[in-house]
This record gives sequence, C-alpha cells and structure tokens, in this order.
Amino acid sequence: MAALDQFEAKEGVDQETVDAVREVSTYKYGWDTDIEMEYAPKGVNPDIVRLISGKNEEPEWMTEWRLQAFERWTGMKEPNWAMVNYPEINFQDQYYYARPKSMEVKPKSLDEVDPKLLATYEKLGIPLKEQLILAGVEGAEDAPTEGRKVAVDAVFDSVSVGTTFQKELREAGVIFCSISEAIREHPELVKKYLGSVVPVSDNFYATLNSAVFSDGSFVYVPPGVRCPMELSTYFRINAENTGQFERTLIIADKGSYVSYLEGCTAPQRDTAQLHAAVVEIIIEEDAEVKYSTVQNWFPGDENGKGGIYNFVTKRADCRGDRAKVMWTQVETGSAVTWKYPSCILRGDDSQGEFYSIAIANNYQQADTGTKMIHLGKNTKSRIVSKGISAGKAQNTYRGLVSMHPKAKNSRNYTQCDSLLIGDKCGAHTVPYIEVKNNSSRCEHEATTSKVDDDQLFYCRQRGMDEEEAVALVVNGFCKDVLQALPMEFAMEAQQLVAISLEGSVG
Amino acid sequence: MALPELKQSTTAARLAALSLPEGGCLEVARRAALSRVQSMGLPDRRDEYWKYTRPDTLTAVEAPRAAVLEAGEAPMFAEFDRLKVVFVDGVFDAEASDDLALEGVTIERLSDLRSKDIHWAKDLYGVLEARGQSPVERPLAALNTAFAEDGVVIHVTGSPSKPINLIYVHDSDSSDAILHHVVKVDSGAEATILENGPAASRFNKAMEIDIADGGTLHLVRAQGRDHERRAATHLFARLGSESVFKSFTLTVNGVLTRNEAIVEFTGDDAVAHVAGACVGDGDFHHDDTVFITHDAVNCESRQVFKKVLRNGATGVFQGKILVKPGAQKTDGYQISQSLLLDDDSQFLAKPELEIYADDVACSHGSTSGAIDEDGLFYLRSRGVPEGEATDLMTLAFLAEAVQEIDSDEIAAEVNERLHGWLSRRR
Repeated sequence: MAALDQFEAKEGVDQETVDAVREVSTYKYGWDTDIEMEYAPKGVNPDIVRLISGKNEEPEWMTEWRLQAFERWTGMKEPNWAMVNYPEINFQDQYYYARPKSMEVKPKSLDEVDPKLLATYEKLGIPLKEQLILAGVEGAEDAPTEGRKVAVDAVFDSVSVGTTFQKELREAGVIFCSISEAIREHPELVKKYLGSVVPVSDNFYATLNSAVFSDGSFVYVPPGVRCPMELSTYFRINAENTGQFERTLIIADKGSYVSYLEGCTAPQRDTAQLHAAVVEIIIEEDAEVKYSTVQNWFPGDENGKGGIYNFVTKRADCRGDRAKVMWTQVETGSAVTWKYPSCILRGDDSQGEFYSIAIANNYQQADTGTKMIHLGKNTKSRIVSKGISAGKAQNTYRGLVSMHPKAKNSRNYTQCDSLLIGDKCGAHTVPYIEVKNNSSRCEHEATTSKVDDDQLFYCRQRGMDEEEAVALVVNGFCKDVLQALPMEFAMEAQQLVAISLEGSVG
Repeated sequence: MALPELKQSTTAARLAALSLPEGGCLEVARRAALSRVQSMGLPDRRDEYWKYTRPDTLTAVEAPRAAVLEAGEAPMFAEFDRLKVVFVDGVFDAEASDDLALEGVTIERLSDLRSKDIHWAKDLYGVLEARGQSPVERPLAALNTAFAEDGVVIHVTGSPSKPINLIYVHDSDSSDAILHHVVKVDSGAEATILENGPAASRFNKAMEIDIADGGTLHLVRAQGRDHERRAATHLFARLGSESVFKSFTLTVNGVLTRNEAIVEFTGDDAVAHVAGACVGDGDFHHDDTVFITHDAVNCESRQVFKKVLRNGATGVFQGKILVKPGAQKTDGYQISQSLLLDDDSQFLAKPELEIYADDVACSHGSTSGAIDEDGLFYLRSRGVPEGEATDLMTLAFLAEAVQEIDSDEIAAEVNERLHGWLSRRR
C-alpha cells in the first residue's frame, strides 16, 4: 500500500475517507512504549514460579498449585498434531515476567497509574478513563448512555494496570478485577473454580500457563444479576522476548448474564513472541455468557518474520440446566494460532455457540476451531466458522462434536466455509464427529471456494478497485459471524477483515 | 524415530509368524515392503489414524476364530454371466474357477509370477501401495505387499464381454488370508470387476489399480455375511487423464471391517467415485477410510457413504480430499451419513479437507440421526405397516450410495440384498 502515500483523492472522495484507508493499511499497533521495565530472569524453573507468585503476593496454596503445575509440565511434550510449523521454541529463552517499574507499588486508583501507560492505551484506542464508550464507534456520542458502558481491565505484559468502573460494578454485586487481586481478595471463589474447567494437566500450554500465569481478569456475576455493562480486557505485549501468560476466570452464577470482550495487540518485532493464555468460564443454571475476542496480535511481517505464537486454551462449562455460552472470535493476528474455544454442555437444555472468522495472510498459520461436548439432554450447539486464506498462509478448522450416549435429543449444526485468495495458500477442515445416541441429530457441512469472479466483476464494474471489491465480498462471506459480535467489535472486525487481506490481491 | 516398545514387539511377533515368498520378479518389491513395515510398525490404538477402530485383532499373530456361516441364500452375482475366479480361504481354487481366458483381458495368478523374471505387473506391484504410504502410513498394506502369496494380476486391454467375479469362500474357522491383486487398465479399455464373499476368518486384501488415459474401471464389492469375520482391505487407484474409476462396496455384517481407499489423480479431467453402503447389527464395526489426492486439473471426485446401524453397531468414516497446489478446477464432493436405528449404536466421523489451490469447489457434509418420524408417519397413514415403512425409509436413505453403481442389474441385486437383510430383522 505504499502507493497510498502518493495517492490523490478522486473527485467526490473526501479526505476523511482517504485518511481512513491510509490508517488501516498497515498493522497500526506495531509501535512500542518506551517504559522502564522490571524483568524476572530469563527461563522457567521453580524459583521463577515462586517469584511470580511472590510478586503477586499470593497465599501459600496458590504457590503450591503453581509448583505442582510446573512439576507436571516438565514431564509433558509439546503437541505437534496441529497443522502449523514453527521453529522450536526455547522455553528457557523467554522472560516469564515483565512489569513496568512504575507498577511496583500498586496504584490505588487509575489517577495514580503512570501516564505513559495510560497514553499507551489511549493510543490503542482504549483510554482507561471511565469513559462511556470505546472510541471509534460512529455515532456513539448520540447513543444513550445506558447500556453503552464498557468496563476495561488492561493487562500490560505481565500485570494488570487498572480496571475501570469498579465502583459501579461493585454496586451491582459484580466482581471484576485482575486475577491476582481476586486471589488475594476472593480466595474462596478462586479456590473453588480455578482449574475446574481447564485442569492443571489439560495440555502442554495450559499446564505451563498454570505454573507461570502472571495476571489476567476475574469476573464473578452473582445470582440473578445482569451485568450492567460490557466487560472488557485489553492485552498488550510490549516488552521484547517476553511471553504473556494470562489467566481469565469468569463465573456466571445462577440466572446471571455477562458479555465479555477481549482484545489484544503487540508491537512489531522481528523475533517471535509467545502467548499462552487460559480462559475458564463457569456457567450455572439459567446463566448466559457471551465471550467475544478480536485477536490482533502482531502477525509477523510479509516475509513471515516475527509475530506472536498464540497458544490458547479456552473452555466454558455449562454446569447448570439451561446455561448458555456464546464464543465469537475474529482471529486476524498472530504468526501461529492454536486455539479451540470449547463448550462442555453438561446441564440439560444448555446451549453452546461458536462463531469464528479466522483470517490468515502472508505466512500466518491458524489452526483453530471448537469442541462441543454434549453431555446433558436436549443440549444444542451451533458452529459457524469462516476461514480465509491469502498469500502463503495456512488456515485450518479443527473441531469436535461429541454426543454422549446420555445426551438425548441433542442437536448440532456445523458450518465451516473456507475462502482462498490466491493459489499459494491452503485451507483445511478437520472435523471430528462422534454421535453415540440416535435421538440426537448432527449436521456438518463444509465448503471451500475462491472469491467469486462474477461478484468481483460486479463490484469492479461499479467503480470499486480490486482490493475494495475483495474486502466487500469477504465481508459478505463473514456476515454471519460479524453479526454475532457486539457493536463495538463489529466495526473493528469489519475494518480488520479489510486490513488483514492487504496486498493479497493481484 | 524409534518405534515405541509395544509397537516394536507387536510388529516383530507378527512378522516372525510370516515368511516372505522367495524368488521371481516380485522379490525386490516384497523386501522393500517388508522394510516399510519394519520402519512404520503395525498400527495400534495410539495411532491417530486408528482412533475409532481397534487394530489389535488385525495385527495379532493368530487370527481370531470366525464361524463359517451356512449360506441360506445364494451368493451374490450368482445369476450373472461372469468369469469366476474363486479363492478358498485365500487360496486360488482352479476347479471352482472358470477358464481364465477372456477376450480383452488377461488374468494370471500372482503366484505364477514367482517363476518369471519379467512381467508387466513387476512395475506396478507394491508401487501404488508405496505411494499411498504418504502422508499417512498404512502398515497393513505394506505387510500385504510383502507377504501375499496369492491373488490375480489383471490386464485389461479391451472391453471384455462380461464382468470378472472374484469370489472369496470362507471354509476354515481359523483361516488367515492375505491376497494382493494388481489391475492395469489400458488406454481406452473398460472392465467391470465384482468381488464377493467373506474370504476368511481374517482377511488382509490389497488391490492396486492403474488406469491409463481414457480407461474405465467399475468395481463392485460385496463383503460377506459371516458375522465373526474380520477384514482390512486397501484399494490403491491411480488415474490417468480422462479415466474413470467407480467403486461401490456393500457391507453386511462382519465383526470388524476396515476398508481403505486411496485414490490419486495424476492426469487431467478424470473422474473417481468411491461409494459404500453398510448395514450393521450388534457388535458390527465398520470403518471406511478414504484418501483422495487431486494432483491434476479439472478432476471430479465423489465420496458417498451411508451406514445403517442398530443394536450397538459402530460406523466409522474417515474421509479426506487433498487438493495439491496447481490442481485447479477440482470438484470434490464428500458425504457421509448414518442412520441410527436405536440408541446404542454410534457413528464416528472425521471428514477432512486439505486444499492448496484456490479455483476449486470442494464440499463435504456429514449427518447422523434417527429415522425421520414425519416420513414414517406419512407412510403409516397411507396403510404401510410400520416394519415395512421403516425398511422403505432405510432403503431410501441408502439409495444415494447405491445409485453410484452404473449397472442397473447390479444395483437391483444390491437393493434386493439390503431389503432381505432389513426384513429378516424386522
């Protein structure tokens, strides 16, 4: 898009449009913040685990829990079944803990947070003021204030720098804070639920995360409470050679509702960085959780150099009857994505939904999908996955739908569509379907195609350039998923779809 | 990488119980296959490719016993005008077979090749099997190439007037048979091969099919009724330009059946259809594993698999379409469906796509469920008794797979057998 610099607006195209196009034409979160950091020594060992635990001022049981996880991890092997290739990761050549020096003494309120940090988030479009809305949403100024608020927990490298709207949430009974704070303030809840959905020994990356997670968000919505605003966590990796290991724990008690948003970015660096998160969601009877992610980690440059290795374990457990969970994800970033947000449909009549757009361009590799494990009667699940590959990227949908013998009258519908742009990329589908009773119905369909020439021709004939036309067709292809996103994210996601495909045409 | 200890010992034990046929032009191929088995090791439960099917009885030293069923009805294709080639427990039976001479085709025994130094089959034997070992290993096929003593080599040069019927008779309740066939279809030639019978208590069969440009081969298999039999079969097909390969497999009963079909398009504009219908009752376990590689332009592949399962039967489908870079204009279709007649049966599927070319239309579908209540109600409200209505609905479900058979005569016989199986279980 270098040509854009010499680009002159055609008549009738206002400057604003040109600016907007220019702005979205590159990975715009690639800058870094020059801030004094405090690191733990490189590598991972029991001492580092203890150090992280100590920095977070954790009680003894938590340190023990971590050490046990570490012990397990040393005996585990990195999984190699995913369709991704990357040079071997030296787990001892990473920083496992990095925090801004200014965070040494925990700021009591947002006013005490280092202005540099606040500026960082400001620049990312996530000002940590108790603002009413996220920036960048058109017409937001006129929107009614009620229901438009978003509380944000901001995680910078290894620590949470602040959580907004705590007071208002507290009034509603909702606990929204960093996980390190929750371990100190609400040990009974953390003890009860942590590791109950993703067990310590679940998989290689989850176990590593259990040992070294530094921070993350914690949400507890008490019975019958509809969370008064959307909750959001914004993850930012800033330091070089640093792995980010965050842990999110969301508990929706009986009859409650919460919508949770997650966003992430990282600076442009030419060495790969590791990100291994764990998200656990517990949904009790009649409760509902919506979890939306816009993952925009640095994807590496157009030659495949650098980028984030994103190895994430996300799982929701619908424990109670009629519990409901909805995962929506827009995966545009990361050099390597390994992520399968899953639903355990334990309660009768519980529901799980998974909507995903995964876009891979240049040398990106994405292996992502979901697991729907039907255990309760009359459980329902729906999977809509849209994979788009361009450049030399590889995009894989990998999923499991399992109908347990006791999951009578359950339903699943799965749709996986792949779109290929160019002949150097790949799109793959690896679904596992296991049906163990006959009253359940399982439907799976998948298609792979390219951007339709007729559609492109139609757009071009109406004066759009090729790249715009492709972006429009792709947006149409993703429509089912984009519509499932909360408004704040839908706008961003739509733009992201266009940016991620930058340079993939012609 | 060294094999896990258990795998190594299982493989060593199995190999020790077999002896490599010596002499003749196939010896080099056999030795190469043996070293493939040794480096891969025989499959076990931990292998991802055997996730849904336990291979232990297929790799054990001794074949598990399987009672020989007293045939109540005539074998399939008995009424057809055909050329019979009979194997009893995996050994060619010259007396029961017809004269192997037929215009447009030459048929020879594999064992005859042991006294020959040069033969066209030498350039094919084990070659397609070896190609089929990547990207997924198929050790049982390599084992077959190494140790198969019998089988036929069929060279189709024209258009034979009648189908060639390979009949597999099961006679001993402890038989362990390994058969390897090689089929070469010349440019423009066309033939039909029929296979039927339970074969043996344990049956390992491999068939390598090479179809030259413009050649056509129809293959219809009926895997026998003996309930306790076990079978692992491999079908390797390589298709030249504008060639056509159509395969249909009917499976009724059998405690364990694993049918692998590996099809590779090497020439443009070719067509391959691989279909199967199975009906299973009780401890029936049926596994269709298909791997189709598109390495040419404008080829069409179709996979249609239908399974009817009852009383705890298990159906497995693992299908894959691989479209290599440059295989543009590929049309790949794959459907796998199961009809579960009761709550104990299960269907396990892994329908995969792996695509590296952009101008393709590939789709797959997989469904599983019970019989449609509305359809049943419709038929009953029109006076069709429940049992018959269920049969009718079941046959309709299987019809899409049966329709893949080009010959109406054969399709009618398949339908009749299916109907018989269903009505006996009403």
